[in-house]
Amino acid sequence: MASPTATPDLIDLPKAMIDAVTLPGDWLVILPVVLCLFGGAFLLMLRASRSAQAGFAILTVAAVVLTDFEFLMRTLGSGPLVMTMGKWLPPFGISFAADTLNAAFALAAAVATLAVLFYVRPELQAREIRYGFYPLVLIQLAGVSGAFLTGDLFNLYVWFEVMLIASFGLMIMGGRKIQLDATVKYGFINFLATTFFLTALGFLYGLLGTLNMADIAGVAATAPKAPMAAIAALLLLAFGMKAAAFPVSAWLPASYHAPDAGTSALFAGLLTKVGAYALLRSLIALLPAAREFLEPALVVIAVATLILGPLGAIAQTNLRRALGFIVIGGIGSVLIGLAVPSLRGVAGSAIYAFNSMLVMTAFYLVAGLVERATGETDTRNMGGLYAANSPLSIGFFMLVVAAAGLPPSLGFWPKLLFVEATISHGSYVVLAAVLVNSILTSIAGARLWAHIFWRQGREGEGSERRNDRLKPLSAADWRWSAVPAGLLILIVAVLGILPNEVIMAGRDAASGLLDTSRYVAAVGLGVAR
Amino acid sequence: METVFALLVGLFFAAAVYLLLSKAVIRMLLGIALLGNAVNLLIFTAGRLTREVPPIVADGDQTISGPFANPLPQALILTAIVIGFAMFTFLLVLGYRAYQELDAENTDTMRLSEPENAPRPPLTY
Repeated sequence: MASPTATPDLIDLPKAMIDAVTLPGDWLVILPVVLCLFGGAFLLMLRASRSAQAGFAILTVAAVVLTDFEFLMRTLGSGPLVMTMGKWLPPFGISFAADTLNAAFALAAAVATLAVLFYVRPELQAREIRYGFYPLVLIQLAGVSGAFLTGDLFNLYVWFEVMLIASFGLMIMGGRKIQLDATVKYGFINFLATTFFLTALGFLYGLLGTLNMADIAGVAATAPKAPMAAIAALLLLAFGMKAAAFPVSAWLPASYHAPDAGTSALFAGLLTKVGAYALLRSLIALLPAAREFLEPALVVIAVATLILGPLGAIAQTNLRRALGFIVIGGIGSVLIGLAVPSLRGVAGSAIYAFNSMLVMTAFYLVAGLVERATGETDTRNMGGLYAANSPLSIGFFMLVVAAAGLPPSLGFWPKLLFVEATISHGSYVVLAAVLVNSILTSIAGARLWAHIFWRQGREGEGSERRNDRLKPLSAADWRWSAVPAGLLILIVAVLGILPNEVIMAGRDAASGLLDTSRYVAAVGLGVAR
Repeated sequence: METVFALLVGLFFAAAVYLLLSKAVIRMLLGIALLGNAVNLLIFTAGRLTREVPPIVADGDQTISGPFANPLPQALILTAIVIGFAMFTFLLVLGYRAYQELDAENTDTMRLSEPENAPRPPLTY
């Protein structure tokens, strides 16, 4: 590396290292992770104080929301933001690199977490706070933000594990038998998924000699096709397990309903979408040739997930278990971008994932409120809530509309993009699946709505009699829990009525995935090495 | 040398998958531990096996001359070992608690979160 004219005992540093100072604006890329990690560590010191923990956690996540928002504005204005650690040049130093897609997902994740932090206040027990509920939520957000923002595949694996260990802690919190059962299933399958991901990383490193995403995007085209396809298939399996795509989705409805509603809202909003994001990033941006090879499989997976998700929801009587199946249906929509990778298809996937993070979080929050008001988890024993609590019924109905992708919700626009993309791509099977998914989801949601709200009483003999077990929500329930859920619904509704900005951002995100030159150049690897 | 290691990795994977297919949680835990080691060995082998010098630049030199062992896979494995150990520890404690509270000898009987006699979907409106 020494330049021939330099004195022999001096290494030419600029060739191997970055000598420029990182711009203050670029620090935004790691700020969400740093805030969450330090916030989580600090909260451990506040273990004794209940109210201080809640307040500090909310302040931290609010700061993360602001950071992510500013970050999104910057990526929309001036392209990807990059920061490489330890002064080493990109393929050697670990980069954090994020464009519109990453920033938007990180923002949605932070907003969903903030809503949940408010929501849990009335239901959280002192014991759960002592066991570290708030630090775990922050560490989980650190893992999710890190996974969204990193520009290095091995680093992505590390953030996956950070997110996973925090989610284990959250899922088991409370220690009920059903939670033990659910955590065994959730824990084994998710650890298995990250191990498969690690296997793929080993192969990828052996084949390409690099794990930097921008670097992979550059050299993947020259690599031999067959091993790359095998690696892509392994990544598809690993991330598919994380995202709960069809053949490997059974763990989700078996586990997400076991913890408290706030925790399951957090999981439904955040965790599966990290898997979906990793699929979009790795298959569309990094290994496009291998994706093309896998396209028939991707079409089958997307179609099956789209249809079987809501069908499962129709068969369920447990409210949050039914919602788990609706989450799976939403993942099917995100997978369409992989099956139909045109600008519209990928933009639709990006917008749908963003929408789904907010909608599914709100859905679980409202379901938790329904459970509080009825004292039941099974829709057969709910009934009659419409008369007792009409605001809840309105919120629930709007969420059914949003999950099914009907106007005026934000979910409608990505569905429209999917329809356009599949028609111009000629893949009518996927088109049919998109439409059938919407119909089935509205049927499943409407049935839940009818059973919980419309029917006078509980199922069986007295279904026409008034349900006498309903409890009015307390003032704290309204103030802390209903308001954030309502605000999430409001965000989705307003964005659905004024979707221009979101669609523009979605197109920007999709073009960043389909054409990686800007991303690669921002990391500093565009020139021939 | 790589061939021998590749075969060994394959053996580890096969044993791990066999154990993971078991119904007893303790066997699944052993499978997870074995799988982690299989992957570590895989990364190690994928980074190419060289028996030459350690990757340390000698005094007065600018670069290492001649072949040297690849340090990166070792760094990756070290990270993976630490993470894998933490995860395994959690799953071990979880498995122990599952033994105390549930019948973890046979996962078919662990049906609390997915009730076996699930009610039929309602046929009324």
